[in-house]
Amino acid sequence: MSKCRSSILILRSARSARLEGWPRARSAPPPFETPPSAAPQGEARGWLWPLLVVLTLFMLFEIAHATERKLDIGRVATPQEIAGWDIDVRPDGQGLPPGAGAVKAGEAVYMAKCAACHGEFGESAGRWPQVAGGAGSLKSDDPVKTVGSYFAHLSTVFDYVRHAMPFGDAQSLTNDELYAVVAYMLFLNDIVDEKFVLSKETFGKVKMPNAGGFYDDDRETAEKSFWNPKPCMTNCKPDATITGRARVIDVTPDDKGKRKSVD
Amino acid sequence: MTDRPEDPSRRGHSRRRFLTAAAASGAALTGGSALAGNPKNLPPNVPEWTRVLGDGVATRPYGKPSRHEAHVIRRDVQWLTASRESSVSFTPLHELDGIITPNGLCFERHHGGIAEIEPEDYRLIVHGLVDKPLIFTLADLKRFPRVNRIHFLECAANSGMEWRGAQLNGCQYTHGMVHCVEYTGVPLRVLLAEAGVKASAKWLLAEGADSAAMTRSIPLGKALDDCLVAYRMNGEMLRPEQGYPARLVVPGWEGNVWVKWLRRLKLGDEPWFAREETSKYTDLMESGKARQFTFVMDAKSVITSPSPQAPLRQKGFTVISGLAWSGRGRIARVDVSVDGGRNWREARIDGQRLDKACVRFYAETDWSGAELLLQSRAIDETGYVQPTKTELRKVRGVNSIYHNNGIQTWLVKPDGEVENVEVS
Repeated sequence: MSKCRSSILILRSARSARLEGWPRARSAPPPFETPPSAAPQGEARGWLWPLLVVLTLFMLFEIAHATERKLDIGRVATPQEIAGWDIDVRPDGQGLPPGAGAVKAGEAVYMAKCAACHGEFGESAGRWPQVAGGAGSLKSDDPVKTVGSYFAHLSTVFDYVRHAMPFGDAQSLTNDELYAVVAYMLFLNDIVDEKFVLSKETFGKVKMPNAGGFYDDDRETAEKSFWNPKPCMTNCKPDATITGRARVIDVTPDDKGKRKSVD
Repeated sequence: MTDRPEDPSRRGHSRRRFLTAAAASGAALTGGSALAGNPKNLPPNVPEWTRVLGDGVATRPYGKPSRHEAHVIRRDVQWLTASRESSVSFTPLHELDGIITPNGLCFERHHGGIAEIEPEDYRLIVHGLVDKPLIFTLADLKRFPRVNRIHFLECAANSGMEWRGAQLNGCQYTHGMVHCVEYTGVPLRVLLAEAGVKASAKWLLAEGADSAAMTRSIPLGKALDDCLVAYRMNGEMLRPEQGYPARLVVPGWEGNVWVKWLRRLKLGDEPWFAREETSKYTDLMESGKARQFTFVMDAKSVITSPSPQAPLRQKGFTVISGLAWSGRGRIARVDVSVDGGRNWREARIDGQRLDKACVRFYAETDWSGAELLLQSRAIDETGYVQPTKTELRKVRGVNSIYHNNGIQTWLVKPDGEVENVEVS
């Protein structure tokens, strides 16, 4: 669909580019015109038309193909430009910056820049995310998802802090501070001891407790019963009775007073 | 039809006072069609606005809704989050009709507040496993061939507060993390082709320029299928809170992957397991294990009127109205029940029925004033039938936060008030 549309667009732009004497885009095909071998208009013989149609289709295909390859828009990004923004880190450590940080150094960073929201022991202050504890809670009625109890990969916390923390002062930590504060959060979760130093070298040695805790989306098999060619239309169940009411909980914002946490 | 539904939060509003007074005297439901008003403006009198000249052109260079519609706004639930910078506001679905959400009413979800990007300083970098890393300006993006697509965008956490039972009274709060907009933008595949995707690339990392610099990993197949880098919504440039000047559009997939303030696209051979696809936006099951990369939004629907914020004010002919959508394609059918799911009838879908977009459905009925248990059930073109909340909890438990697409029940009481309930 869009392939066709863009091919028409290119056709037009290639044409007007030619009219206005601009250089044609590198790989853009020639503008659509009567092939030199074709007879002058009005004199075309019957056998020529199918040939023309085939040629036109071929050219449109070529144009569409070209559209998806090169339009010469934008310019090459320099290594310096990329380096400034390319801050993601993968589970295998790809993207880790140079540097290192010890648990002890991390404690100072954490107390100064993190504890106000996340709590001195990672227990959370108010509604801010808890970052430590929660081990063994994932099956309970009150699962607590922290770096220790839930994160499957060390890179996730490193990458996230590098991108977005401290909240309101993002991307302000030095690489050493970053390594250190992540080391301290591992310590808060009993994953490393107090002498641990996090660096590119030690990164791969850390074992995250919930590493095996995830599996890929399987709804189309696990919830296959939700695909039902003949959903019931009449007398599908006994009379419905009310089993729960929002008014009982009463936490809708316009109702002043009660404020309850839900997750 | 009945008069405009009232917003219960508008204390002190004159019509609200009138209704309260009416309710107190046992007359919440009116028999006739005229509810209230200033007799001076009613026939046979000539109303005030007919006797005087109104504002001329250009007094409202960017038009706004009537001042009488000032209550039709996004609202938030303050107790949900620690701060408003990392929070959510909800679309007032109960006040809207058709399928298109007005730009100013599209729900917001930010992780680090609204980035205010200078369009001249906007840059998008495409790099990683490409033949040639490229950098684009906004003007560059606008030069590309562009397309227009209408799609719904639903936050994976929409209805997330309802997993453990009916909690919030109003479809704005239970279902308002969805909107449906016409986007204009560059097909992502065209943009990526410009850089030349290497054969080893399997995943795409999209990153925002906001203070959360939010990142998500997207399988390359989806990126090359129907994704867009959009810069317009409903014709005008994206609103700042929707990612101005450019965002990703990932049709049918959870809103979190529609990265706003898009600054970087990196191609790689594995996913990145960013915080938003590990700690958040994973679905914890009863087993204690969690599903990851649950991108697709299952078929879902909700009756927007009547609903707790849009009670019934009149007996007799009544239009039940709602929205349905599916991340797997088109909506095939919507059924409506007035008895809590015991019996169903097919609703009428009016207007466009587009791929991965909202549809508007109606079910006309004569309301006698009897109690109703209203439900709607969406069925998409793949044959997926929106499950009941009980069915959903049976397979997912109640800890998964995300992807709650269970059937909503509204109790319509004899006085026309509507409450969020659950039924057997």
